[in-house]
Amino acid sequence: MSADLTRRSAAELASAIASREVSAVEVTRAHLDRIGAVDPDVHAFLHVSDELALAQAAEVDRAFDAGEQSASPLAGVPLALKDIVVQKGVPTTAGSKILEGWLPPYDATITRKLLDAGIVILGKTNMDEFAMGSSTENSAYGPTRNPWDLSKIPGGSGGGSSAALAAFEAPLAIGTDTGGSIRQPASVTGTVGAKPTYGGVSRYGVIALASSLDQPGPCARTVLDTAMLHEVIAGHDPMDATSIPQPVPNVVAAVRRGQADGVAGMKIGVVKQLGGQGYQPGVLSSFRSAVEQLQAAGAEIVEVDCPHFEYGLAAYYLILPSECSSNLARFDAMRYGLRIGDDGTASAEQVMSLTRGAGFGAEVKRRIILGTYALSAGYYDAYYGSAQKVRTLIRQDFEKAYQQADVLISPASPTTAFGIGEKVDDPMAMYLNDLATIPGSLAGIPAMSVPSGIAADTGLPVGLQIMGPALGEERMYRVAAAFEAGYLAEHGTTVPQQIPALEGTAR
Amino acid sequence: MTTADEPALTRDDVAHLAHLSRLELTDAELDTYLGQLGVILHSVARVGEVAGDDVEPTTHAVPQTNVFRDDVEVPCLPHAAALASAPASYEGRFRVPQILGEEA
Amino acid sequence: MSELMDSGLMDYDEALERFDPVLGLEVHVELGTVTKMFCGCPTGFGAAPNTQVCPVCLALPGAMPTVNRQAVEYAIKIGLALNCEIAELCRFSRKNYYYPDMPKNYQISQYDEPIAFGGYLDVDVDGETVRIEIERAHMEEDTGKSTHIGGATGRIHGAEYSLLDYNRAGVPLVEIVTKPVTGTGKAAPAVARAYVAALRDLLAALDVSDVRMDQGSLRCDANLSLMEKGAPEFGTRTETKNVNSLRSVERAVRYEITRQAARLAAGQTIKQETRHFDESTGTTAAGRSKETAEDYRYFPEPDLVPVTPEREWVERVRATLPELPWLRRARQQAEWGFTDLEMRDLVAADGVSLVEQTVAAGASPGEARSWWGSYLGQQANNRGVTLAELPISPTQVAAVVSLVNDGKLTAKLARQVVDGVLAGEGEPDQVIAARGLAVVSDDAPLQQAIDDALAAQPDVAEKIRSGKVQAIGAILGAVMKATRGQADAGRVRELVLKTLGVDS
Ligand SMILES: [Mg+2]
Ligand SMILES: [Zn+2]
Repeated sequence: MSADLTRRSAAELASAIASREVSAVEVTRAHLDRIGAVDPDVHAFLHVSDELALAQAAEVDRAFDAGEQSASPLAGVPLALKDIVVQKGVPTTAGSKILEGWLPPYDATITRKLLDAGIVILGKTNMDEFAMGSSTENSAYGPTRNPWDLSKIPGGSGGGSSAALAAFEAPLAIGTDTGGSIRQPASVTGTVGAKPTYGGVSRYGVIALASSLDQPGPCARTVLDTAMLHEVIAGHDPMDATSIPQPVPNVVAAVRRGQADGVAGMKIGVVKQLGGQGYQPGVLSSFRSAVEQLQAAGAEIVEVDCPHFEYGLAAYYLILPSECSSNLARFDAMRYGLRIGDDGTASAEQVMSLTRGAGFGAEVKRRIILGTYALSAGYYDAYYGSAQKVRTLIRQDFEKAYQQADVLISPASPTTAFGIGEKVDDPMAMYLNDLATIPGSLAGIPAMSVPSGIAADTGLPVGLQIMGPALGEERMYRVAAAFEAGYLAEHGTTVPQQIPALEGTAR
Repeated sequence: MTTADEPALTRDDVAHLAHLSRLELTDAELDTYLGQLGVILHSVARVGEVAGDDVEPTTHAVPQTNVFRDDVEVPCLPHAAALASAPASYEGRFRVPQILGEEA
Repeated sequence: MSELMDSGLMDYDEALERFDPVLGLEVHVELGTVTKMFCGCPTGFGAAPNTQVCPVCLALPGAMPTVNRQAVEYAIKIGLALNCEIAELCRFSRKNYYYPDMPKNYQISQYDEPIAFGGYLDVDVDGETVRIEIERAHMEEDTGKSTHIGGATGRIHGAEYSLLDYNRAGVPLVEIVTKPVTGTGKAAPAVARAYVAALRDLLAALDVSDVRMDQGSLRCDANLSLMEKGAPEFGTRTETKNVNSLRSVERAVRYEITRQAARLAAGQTIKQETRHFDESTGTTAAGRSKETAEDYRYFPEPDLVPVTPEREWVERVRATLPELPWLRRARQQAEWGFTDLEMRDLVAADGVSLVEQTVAAGASPGEARSWWGSYLGQQANNRGVTLAELPISPTQVAAVVSLVNDGKLTAKLARQVVDGVLAGEGEPDQVIAARGLAVVSDDAPLQQAIDDALAAQPDVAEKIRSGKVQAIGAILGAVMKATRGQADAGRVRELVLKTLGVDS
């Protein structure tokens, strides 16, 4: 019974709860049990909110039993919240020692929306410290393991959220994507993750990494579940000045349309620059079969040229460190968080430096120093200023491409999941994981990863990246849903259904 | 110092940057970062190759202007909640180590 | 250390013979909005510490700023009143530096794109108009307040720990920066003071701030450098921080002129540094020196979008500009019929609005000016306070004037009534009653005193009788003495002449 519930999709669970086939408390308990059983191996969660979650579920049950109108189409469904999103009274660390033990006194806008929707928040998921990384190895609290192969990384920075989905610990999860932190983890765990148009989902209460790039988004094991969650968290927020004043896109309807009508008549662009060198053969062959499947389903495939994408990585690794060097300045041991060296003689300045030196991990410090350098007098124009110009060029590349195609596709990640520890000492090699996802981040367009299959060379899942134009979420979801349906029709199974069971591997 | 075209950080530069960003680093960390930052800077410096004077920088992916809030009070944090996470507090205020000198 | 050398000062006049001072003034004004610049917390002064804070102004992880429209409008208003251009597009930037009173460790400010730029303010200095060019006026946010505890003096050095109150953090500020002010010579301290005073009056008239220098809602940083006469370039400047009264502005500038002149004359250099003004000694002292020049690493604030004030908005704000203080003053001078000198003295004494209110309460402009300008001016001087701080209201002054006009008080009695009011004895009526100061208007006791005086000085009586009316002074004096000054001199004069049978 328990295992049954954790294997179901969010949409199925929601209707089972709404029809009172099962109670929200039963569903929550099943997932908490699953977490108890497999998380010692996977380590997706930094904090599990057992009591809060059960109380939330009980409230959903009470409302249903009282005949009240459902809070949302996902009422009672459990969710794993990335630990970068604040939830009042629940420990939030952003994967850093510097915030260990911090209890936020307020809710992020998306947390509020989730709670108002009756979605049950199971706990906070592991991540690279302050979302800096592509493997979740930069968490101060130890790495998360990929349920496909526990010796592999689950992607990053949102590896806790992707692993929670792949381990059937939660049917829904929240991620945040700055350069690929939703899409790349989805890709390497065989799950689905969408980065909305920048400003489509509020950033208020999401601990900032790079403000001009950060974008929270929905994650799940199916495209429909992702779309349903997308509609819950999206929408204009007056607390976020960069939030787009637009109605929530009808992505659930777009999914239904993709399932029903497919992609016939759509033009799909393959980005010339996102493939080839640096991409694993198994990834490329999975991508080619995805292209063939879409073509067979009636899409017209065109190749598009985006010449400035090759500068994306360089621009990204200037913009991100610059903004994060400023965003992370507030972690200074004065008002909250860790304080080290306050012996009564040390000055505030010394205590700040000692605390930040000890409280931040290596990658965080590396990027803060890099960003401080890039912003310093005399270097701004050459670095940050030029990087912002590259963004313009990349945006223009996208604009031209969307004159030729409705959506663009590429592999979501150049490789399948690599081994834990394999790249930790080589930051540049690590940074290459975001090669395919960064251009979309810089342009602020919506982009998502859906499983395209399993790589023949590694036996691990591969992600297909689908990118829409700004505010083009509906097109993007339609193609994703059509592709997912096509894969099921062709293979008789979906990728997430092939994730190995973890029971018995624990302890 | 160096030019942006040929970034060549010195150990002193890294130490200075660490001080500017209030990071106490060990000698070993300084050495590691010195090497890594050189490599990273070398590869990111190429943004200058294509960013001509005629290109406007993009600061926001979806351009917007004039996003304002009305001058209307909203409830503050309860006093206890504001101070609850303070490493130290005294008589309703955040207690911090001695502040030396004025910087602003 | 360097403080010893700093104690060497050059005589002021000598300093000005050798050097030309160059002023630069940065005035921070806290806007009188209901809420803070980037969050909905109230801005009221004097609340219990950390009760006007929220995730945004405490810089809690995840919190984001949103811009207060009213603050932007006030900034536009200030810019327009200072004859500035209002930017078609401006941005907020982050000014990065670590300091515990600034929760984010960056200040949201404006850098190369201020909302207002290129204006001027005409200032009256001893009858001459000095045009102060305004470089820019930009929006930013205030810091919290730190209190330093322990150590010998309780001042910043030697403190054992500090306490932080973030109620003020995020209060909207407009920073108004002048271009370098040259050519003022000896008048530099007076020009600095007059500029800040004019700015204060302007901001008060615009109703954008309560401009309380004592509460820090108007703060001035004074930059000063000296250039040797005929030198082609400006010298190195110092920045004296938070000079919090008009008088201090003048004193700080004057002190820096004499200090820098002494150093330069001795062949020493001026260090570019921040200095602090000490009210009690009237001197400035160096802040902690920094090993390296500050690098604020400005970049556009990515959490906010550009501000592009539509021209209709700007024009709408322009239409709300009130009569500017100096125009208003010219109008008042004409209406009141004051000479330039009289008006200037009144302005210098900060008495314009007091006179205005006294006139509104029924006194003539001349009477009002005469009270505030002379007798009350002396009283304020004696007490070391401003006219406005005297414990007497324009209404009370007008009441005294009216009693004099009605013949109920003599000029001398009126001053005694005013003394009583100043001493806290109540309203003029109450003072008159309690002190028994009413004019003796009953003729009977007067006649008795006159008869006595004439009898005591028969020779004087004779002189008057014979037509030497100017001799009447001796009799008047005696009568006034006998009535303890409570007689109306005019009435006494009439009665004396009548008694002696002389036509008046
Ligand atoms: Mg400033
Ligand atoms: Zn606030």
